[in-house]
Amino acid sequence: MSVSDTDVIAALRAGDEAAFGRLVDRLHPSLVRMARLYVSSDAVAEEVAQETWLGVLNGLDRFEQRSSLKTWIFRILTNIAKTRGAREGRTLPFSSVGGDEEDGHAVDPERFIPPDADRWPRHWAVSPVAWSTEPDERLLAGEVRDLILRTIDTLPPNQRAAIVMRDVEGWDAGDVRNELGVGDTNQRVLLHRARSRVRQALEDYFTQDG
Amino acid sequence: MNSGLPEMPCQELVEVITDYLESAMPERDRIRFEEHLALCDDCREYVAQLERTRQLVGVIREQELDPEVREGLVEAFRGWIRSRD
Repeated sequence: MSVSDTDVIAALRAGDEAAFGRLVDRLHPSLVRMARLYVSSDAVAEEVAQETWLGVLNGLDRFEQRSSLKTWIFRILTNIAKTRGAREGRTLPFSSVGGDEEDGHAVDPERFIPPDADRWPRHWAVSPVAWSTEPDERLLAGEVRDLILRTIDTLPPNQRAAIVMRDVEGWDAGDVRNELGVGDTNQRVLLHRARSRVRQALEDYFTQDG
Repeated sequence: MNSGLPEMPCQELVEVITDYLESAMPERDRIRFEEHLALCDDCREYVAQLERTRQLVGVIREQELDPEVREGLVEAFRGWIRSRD
């Protein structure tokens, strides 16, 4: 069941603790994850997310619903996170695709037959190890989940931002382009490299696991 | 049916799957992509893995909140309500 923003805002203004708790349950993990894109540690990301809620409460009586409640809350978050990141001396990481050149391949080129071969150039030499039909229980087990989270954490910042915003948070491409300040093509390149790296980590996992 | 367009080799295909999934591919390449996929088991598996990856990454959003953090925030909410009285 979905409750409209107007109802939620009215409930909060009326002092409804349960409504606030539900909003926190729904958004806080996403806020921490988004904050982590701008600041250097999980602890600071948690602080930024908590500070965001204070900003939400401070602004709530003046909030005019020109955007959705969620969009407004995330805007407060990114403002705080960017300020915090700048204070930590972190430059904003997202402006270009460059700097990730070593990650320029979705798949290790060694896995393909060389381009100058007579037969089947640039076709698979080492086929992907099949795991796509593994049952959900196996893929959603804690171990695989941790592996995915760890792999995302090790991605270059702009790839990490792209996959977190698009695939974890479910933003659309346009919102990601605006937030990252990149064009359409770069947004897709970043997302594709990030997905490719996570896929490779999963393949490695299923290979070693037999 | 074959379009007569040059084949898309596996190594090219793995680089453009997200373009394909986002319908951001020129028509000519889309045809080459689909023709290759129809004939290549390895690439079909690879594309399925990338789509499964996307789906799995989406599932990690479901995360539980530390009860202490939650309680601290609800306490802040109470403080806010009191301050407005």
